[in-house]
Amino acid sequence: MPVTRRINVDLPLVIVACALTLYGLAIVFSAGQTDVKTVAQGAYRLQAIWTCVGILGAFAVSRASVRLIEWMTLPAYGLTILLLVALLAGFGSGAGTATSTSGWLTIAGHRLGQPAELAKLTVVLMLARVLSQNRIAPKSMIELWKPLVVAGLPLLLIMAQGDLGTSIVFVGIFFAMLFWAGVEWQLLVLLASPVISLMLGFDSRIWGAWFLTVLALVLWYKPFLGEALAIIALNVIMGVLGPLLWEHLKPYRQNRLKVFLDPNVDPRGSGYHVIQSRVAIGSGGWFGRGYLHGPQKRLAFLPEQYTDFIFAVVGEELGFIGVMVALALFLFLFLRVIRISERANDSFSSLVAFGLLASWFTHALENIGMTLGLMPITGIPLPFFSYGGSFMLACWLSVGVLARISSEGRGGMVGALKV
Amino acid sequence: MSFHPNDVIRRGRAASVIVSGVLIFLLSAFFRAQVIRNQESLLQSEENRLRQIPTAAPRGRILDRNNKPIAENVVGYSVALLAQREDTLRSTLDRLKTAINLTPRQYQDAIRRFHRDPTRPTVIIQDASLDVVSVLEEHHMDFPSLIIQSAPKRIYPNGTAVGALVGYIGEISEGQLTNLASAGYKPGQLIGQRGLEKQYEQELRGREGVQFVEVDAKNRIVSTGRARDAITPEEGPPLYTNIDLDLQEYIHSLFGDSLAAGAIAMNPKTGEVLALYSSPSIDPNRFVGGVPASYYDSIRTDPRQPEYNKVTQATQPPGSTFKLATSVMGLEDSLITFDSHMPQACNGFYYFGNRPWRCWRKEGHGSLSLAGAIAQSCDVYFYQLGLKLSLSRLVAGGVGLGFDRKSGIDLPEENKPRFPTSVPDYFNQKYGPRNWTPEAVSLNMAIGQGENAQTVVNMARFYSALATDGTEPTPMIKKGTPKLSKRITLAPEQIAQLRKAMMGVVSEGGTAAGAAIKGVKVAGKTGTAQTMRNDKNGKPLYWAWFAGMAPADDPQIVVVVMVPNVTFEGATSAGFATKIIAHYLHTQIANTIENTG
Repeated sequence: MPVTRRINVDLPLVIVACALTLYGLAIVFSAGQTDVKTVAQGAYRLQAIWTCVGILGAFAVSRASVRLIEWMTLPAYGLTILLLVALLAGFGSGAGTATSTSGWLTIAGHRLGQPAELAKLTVVLMLARVLSQNRIAPKSMIELWKPLVVAGLPLLLIMAQGDLGTSIVFVGIFFAMLFWAGVEWQLLVLLASPVISLMLGFDSRIWGAWFLTVLALVLWYKPFLGEALAIIALNVIMGVLGPLLWEHLKPYRQNRLKVFLDPNVDPRGSGYHVIQSRVAIGSGGWFGRGYLHGPQKRLAFLPEQYTDFIFAVVGEELGFIGVMVALALFLFLFLRVIRISERANDSFSSLVAFGLLASWFTHALENIGMTLGLMPITGIPLPFFSYGGSFMLACWLSVGVLARISSEGRGGMVGALKV
Repeated sequence: MSFHPNDVIRRGRAASVIVSGVLIFLLSAFFRAQVIRNQESLLQSEENRLRQIPTAAPRGRILDRNNKPIAENVVGYSVALLAQREDTLRSTLDRLKTAINLTPRQYQDAIRRFHRDPTRPTVIIQDASLDVVSVLEEHHMDFPSLIIQSAPKRIYPNGTAVGALVGYIGEISEGQLTNLASAGYKPGQLIGQRGLEKQYEQELRGREGVQFVEVDAKNRIVSTGRARDAITPEEGPPLYTNIDLDLQEYIHSLFGDSLAAGAIAMNPKTGEVLALYSSPSIDPNRFVGGVPASYYDSIRTDPRQPEYNKVTQATQPPGSTFKLATSVMGLEDSLITFDSHMPQACNGFYYFGNRPWRCWRKEGHGSLSLAGAIAQSCDVYFYQLGLKLSLSRLVAGGVGLGFDRKSGIDLPEENKPRFPTSVPDYFNQKYGPRNWTPEAVSLNMAIGQGENAQTVVNMARFYSALATDGTEPTPMIKKGTPKLSKRITLAPEQIAQLRKAMMGVVSEGGTAAGAAIKGVKVAGKTGTAQTMRNDKNGKPLYWAWFAGMAPADDPQIVVVVMVPNVTFEGATSAGFATKIIAHYLHTQIANTIENTG
């Protein structure tokens, strides 16, 4: 077979990613235009530079074969774990909405980047590698110990930094990839059941109903006896532990969860972000209050307007139409990535593609949901929109990987282009 | 790993459905927030960014009868602060203290005003001097929530001359805020606290305007122009009064501030109050922008009570000025005529019960007619007239002549006079049923002593009835149609004769002969009521009254003067009164000549 350096470029993928990036850059620019100037004013320039770096990176990655990526997976994963441990060993510091956490790798006062962003990528790769080694889909929990460790280790390390939000992304990636690997949904529910028990533990009646559901699922799915007993026992323990754990949460975290249920319990404190964000979005109406002219943003009522709450700027300045366009672009991107996963050449590639989708999807759902108060407030950025160098780089590297997988995939892509 | 193509397509379809479903759910949530509930958020957003800055309305001017200003407005400056919370207010005030001089009281007042209405800019300095304003303008960048506004400032060009009349304005008190809640008063606003300013507050206050400023999340004022159109304040309409500022100033110069006194001049035909003066006077200008503590303390501790209006608030026995009321009753009942002599001539005493009742003149007046008794103010004559009338007639007559009621002058500080309203219940309650006799009380009441304490303005009202055909007007400071009512049921000729008798007071042989003024026919009556107190030299102290009018045949002006706690007698007050009358009439004549010439 002749070795060719020419690859098929998945044009729709690249176009929608570019569209999202340009849209995001425009909003980051607008977010910096406040009446009393802040650091956000110049953020768009840095963001543009990082975008260029990201696109170059994507181009480079798309030249590398999936096999090379697969080969690099283990060292990359190892490096990630090392960096996460380093953060805990005192090289971490906080920023943004998460000033109390320590997600930034900091050496001699210089912030070098957020290893958690890298972890999102390497965990996807590592999970794909582990899951693709199985011939048939895992049917019991024992068989899932490897993926559990792969996703669980960085998750625990990131949680130990105090970043509860980012860990949600790993949960999303983990379950999505198991689903894509063919694990039955009943098993996934059973796997998740202890965590759900933990969350529902505050109300004994709701928890009781959930517990009965779990029992019914156990009877239906019929796992190994030991696993069944373990699941039931874990559910009971978590249900009891939940309220106890709640009391040991740090007050700011307790507040965030309370405020999620009702922002008005603390309108000037923890609830302030959500209230102002909802006001900004709601005041946008059909067509918004005009690009660059949103009063909530302009007068700094909207906090973190260029990072975590950037989508509220979309809502305020461009209105429902602007939101619809953004969501449509995201939907198109997600469906395109699902299609890439379906048509991938091998199970590793397919899992990687689906894992990246899961990562983006979890980010988008959590971040956009948060701006309306549908999700609790976490420091999770919005792909292609939120200001942040490492994240923009990670997003575009993902595009590069997906483009490569797409070009190696089966069947003639609609709109594929030889370059 | 299950990667059979069918499985993959099935899972791909499921994933597509989930992803699409979630995004459609998000989109519908945005639709709900942005399209359905748009107005709520829009309102909230406007509330976030816009602050209403009230702009004070100039109070209506107060003008005298010749449209000379008694109270008007000049441009002043007020300093206010936009604060969201008390701690931000406090910290800004603390920083302000380093730039300008801020008294602890101004500091505390600001906190109090903020608590009362946190949404309104908190007024810090009501009346800032240009020095303070220029310092603050210099530091404007350090205090982005500071609002320096030009605000109308009240001034009284003849401050001390009109103090008791015009009253003063001051910041609305907590109690007033509660009571006047429905009238839309806000903390930090100025409101008439006394005098005309209080009486006509609702007319004078005008309508506050609003200016909109745009603030950012830290409450810094970002812009003032583009926010929203301002509503300009409306000045209150001017208050036209009957006051003759020239006469008012003349009276002020007459008394100065060393003597406590009350004086009123009014037109007996219409009730127009030409002048109303009470000394020691207060300077209403000192109350604008918050009265300095030292000045307020000096007013509070002055034993002569400058804030106590000697014309409308102070009540004291009318003394001999009441003898005209006794005379009117005797004439009304036809018990006497102007030529009637009493059975007993005056030899300095009148024996009744088993003790002598003194006449003010120890050597006695001899036998006098009514006219002579009025001119010489003979007590013995009026003792006997009192006994003829009887107590119940004296009381009923006094009530009929309005001595138990307020005059109805349009000032908020009028006190009700003290006068018995029923016989014998009033006295039984006062003294106990066995401790008084109607006759003894009658003797006292006939000469204006005892259970009788009148305000200066109420005596002026009664003497106005004597100056006309018995019709009395309600004293009115504000211009308007006169309110008249028939008070004395004597024939006009009889009243004219009473005036003639009163001319005797200010003529040779009368009690105020020394107060006579050449060319002016003044009719009047002195009154010297005993306070039963002595000064530090042991001399008795009196309330020295004079109630007079001129020209006697057709009076144009009634003047009542009362000087409390002095060693001199009514004759001295008469001296003041006739000067006031003369000044007024001379000015009138001068004006008439000027106008006709």
